[in-house]
Formats: sequence, structure tokens, C-alpha cells
Amino acid sequence: MSSTQEIQSGLAEILEEVAGVTPADATPEKSFTEDLDVDSLSMVEIATAVEDKFGVAIPDDELGNIKTVGDAISYIEKNQG
Amino acid sequence: MSTSDVVVTGLGATTPLGGDVSSTWDALLAGRSGVSRITDDWIKEYPAQLVARLSTEPSEQLDRVRARRLDRSQQVAVVAAEEAWRDSGAGDAGVDPLRIAVVIGTGIGGALTLLGQDDVLEEKGPKRVSPFTIPMLMPNGPAAAVGLSIGAKGGVHAPVSACASGAEAVRWGLDLLRLDRADVVLVGGTEACVHPLPMAGFAAMRAMSTRNDEPERASRPFDKARDGFVLGEGAAALVLEREDSARARGARIHARLAGAAGTADGYDLVAPHPEGEGAARAITAALRDAGLSPTDIGHVNAHATSTPVGDTAEAAAIRSAIGDHVLVSATKSQTGHLLGAAGALESVFAILALREQIVPATANLENPDDDANVQALDIVRGEPRRATLTAAVNDSFGFGGHNIALVFTTA
Repeated sequence: MSSTQEIQSGLAEILEEVAGVTPADATPEKSFTEDLDVDSLSMVEIATAVEDKFGVAIPDDELGNIKTVGDAISYIEKNQG
Repeated sequence: MSTSDVVVTGLGATTPLGGDVSSTWDALLAGRSGVSRITDDWIKEYPAQLVARLSTEPSEQLDRVRARRLDRSQQVAVVAAEEAWRDSGAGDAGVDPLRIAVVIGTGIGGALTLLGQDDVLEEKGPKRVSPFTIPMLMPNGPAAAVGLSIGAKGGVHAPVSACASGAEAVRWGLDLLRLDRADVVLVGGTEACVHPLPMAGFAAMRAMSTRNDEPERASRPFDKARDGFVLGEGAAALVLEREDSARARGARIHARLAGAAGTADGYDLVAPHPEGEGAARAITAALRDAGLSPTDIGHVNAHATSTPVGDTAEAAAIRSAIGDHVLVSATKSQTGHLLGAAGALESVFAILALREQIVPATANLENPDDDANVQALDIVRGEPRRATLTAAVNDSFGFGGHNIALVFTTA
């Protein structure tokens, strides 16, 4: 089980690798599309990387509901382990 | 049809000889070779083990996140195109984006992505295949990536005619400007397919040199001991404009693109017509298009890939369409064969030869082939040769019987 803090920093690493987002910018209130310029294809890559890192698969119908970094953190937190 | 002349205002390249135009040209004139032997384990079983890799990795020239969404063929296209675009100054000239077009050809397309993602599919299953697979493998991908990079909204096109693709792109650019479909056209070619499968395919055709112990001497167009081409990677780009608007904005003009033509052999899927009949028709038609006669042409940058059949067919075509007076260069002797990028890169070389009034030498031409046409031609070797040039031809041929000839003249 990863803590919220660990999930946030792990997610920030993924965002930096996949989409070039500066880690300090990957804060919970940020919208992936509006604030971080992450497009839909990159979201698919992020979902794959999340599964590798946290063991949490995000189905396509759930991926559409994840709008912010905070949404992703909550989803991982709820579904891990 | 507009009769205004078309000029070349920008040049860009990333090649086995250098990461830009000037380093590539300097290395060419210095006689350096871009060819080396592959040392990876997979090559052990291969009869042909040589390659002309990029001198500068595109990862050193592009932002990391941008690069990871582009196939290598797209990365090098963007690097070359951005250099040409900067060189032209067209980006700062306030050209309407709706009047900017792009034509970038490739012979193979995103082969590294296709093959790499097939490995992912086999090893990890369909859910692990990258969502960028399709845009990275599609053969129009390099043109599209370049179009995004320079903000072209007047049309983005991708001719595919094997090793004539780069030259075909130049021809399309000329047509677009003459038809007034655009005011500025960025044209070029790209290729990056050094991978076990294309290497095996070309080797199976017996098309590649097996002179594995002498990499730098392997690509030897027109030489008696030539035994095939050396696969190269890279890209080159040119910015084309009508002369009146280029002059009006004070652009530097490298040369004119005076004419172009294309033909098909109608002979065989891969073998060239042995007398170069279709190639000669292309050259003759391009001269007519340029309003020039054979005696006006001082230099030919030949396609000459170093294959036994191709070089003699081309020598026949050059002799019949132009004559014995031209100074011929076969620059693949140093760059290797960049397939879909070759025609664009060799256009850059022909333009620089005109601009600098110097003809590059053909490396490794020690004993010209006994063929009467090769013997009759003045193929520059040893050192580059100073010459007074007013017009030059670049010809390019591709599997499929595609022949493209381009005519450049001094600015």
C-alpha cells in the first residue's frame, strides 16, 4: 500500500516521463487537459504506467472520469492492493 | 500556370556526415565516410553488416518529450525541416499559414515503430501497445510532424516512391508553387530504418555491400569492384518559394529550382531498365521543363547507389540525355544510401555545388567499371573539383521503376 504522498510523487514521476510535466506542477487540483496539456493519447500511456507502478488498472470508462491529478490519486488509493 | 521562377531559400539536413547542412557539406568535401560496421549481436548471421548511421542523434537536437512521440524517421525530418525553415527566414516573414505547404517523402515510413511495437505486442500483449503507434508508423507522419512544427495549413503531402521519394517531394513542391497552391513550400525526404528486418530484406535481394571488413570503402559507385549499397539514415529539407515574393522579402537565394520531371520505367518491379531508358526520359523532360539544353548542364549528382546494375543503367541515361561533358558526383560513396531521403539530400548537395562552384568527389572510385558509358563519363574522383557551373541535375530512382530528375540553376 502506498501512502497518498507516495502516490502523488509516483504520479508526478510518470507525468514528467510521459508528458514532460514539471513535478512541482503535478498538484491535486490540476486538470490534466486544461492545466497540464496532457492529451488523450498521453492519458492512455499514463494509465499503463500507473498499472506498472501501483498495480492498479484503470479501465477506459473510468479513465474518462479522471479529470485532475487529485482524481487519479483518489482512484489509485481506493483500488490499490 | 504561374511562370514565375521558383527559388530555394532554405536548406536543412541531418546525415551520417553531420548534424546540419554545413557540417555535412564540409565532411563531404573533406572526403569523410559515414559508413561503419554494425557490432550488435544480431548482425552476426547477416552477410551485409554495414550501415551509415546519423552522426548526431536526434535526441540531442529535440526536446525529450517531443522526441518520444515521434518515430526516428519523423525526428530527423523535424530536425532537417527546422534547420531549413530557420535558414529561409520564412517563419519571421509573416507568411499566411494557409499559404504554407509541406511535402516530405519517405521510402519506408515508421518501420522502427512498427517493428518495435510488434515486439511489444508479442511480448506483453495488445494492451501494452503504445497509443502513439499509428501516428508514429504512418508514412505521412514525417510530413505531418513537420507541418505542425512550422505551422503549415496550406496542405501537407507525403509522396512515397521508394528511393525517389525525396526527389519526388521536391518536384511536388515545384508544382504546388507553379499552380499557385501555396506561397512557401517546405520539401524534403526522410528515412530511419536501420533494423534487422529491413537489413535482412535488402540483403535477401543481394542489394547490399558485403565488404564488411572495409566499411569506408564499401560504397563505391561506378567502381569495378562495387557490390551493393550501404543503408544510411537521415533527412534533408529545402524551402521553396516563387522568386518574386522571395526577393520582395529580401530572402537569401541559394539557387533556382528550374525544372523537374518524373517517369516510370514500365519494365520491372525492382530492376532498372538496363539502358536507363526511363531515367533518360526523366532527365530530358526535366531539361525541357527548365528550358535548358544538355550543354547547359555542368554537373550531375547521380543516384548511383553502388549496385552493379543500377550504376551502369544510370551512366547510360546520363550519357544519352546529357552527354559526356558533365562532371558527375556519386555522393552515396560517403553518405551511404538514405533511401527516401536521398533525393532531398542530393538536391542539397547539387545546390551547394552550384552555389560554391565546386563538385564533390566520388569516394572509392579506384577502377571505373569497364562499361563503355561509365568509361566515357567524367566522374569526379580524388579531390573535389572547382568548376564554373550554371546548372546541375539531380536524378533519383526508386524500386517500382520511379525516375525523378530535378534541374537547379545558380541564383
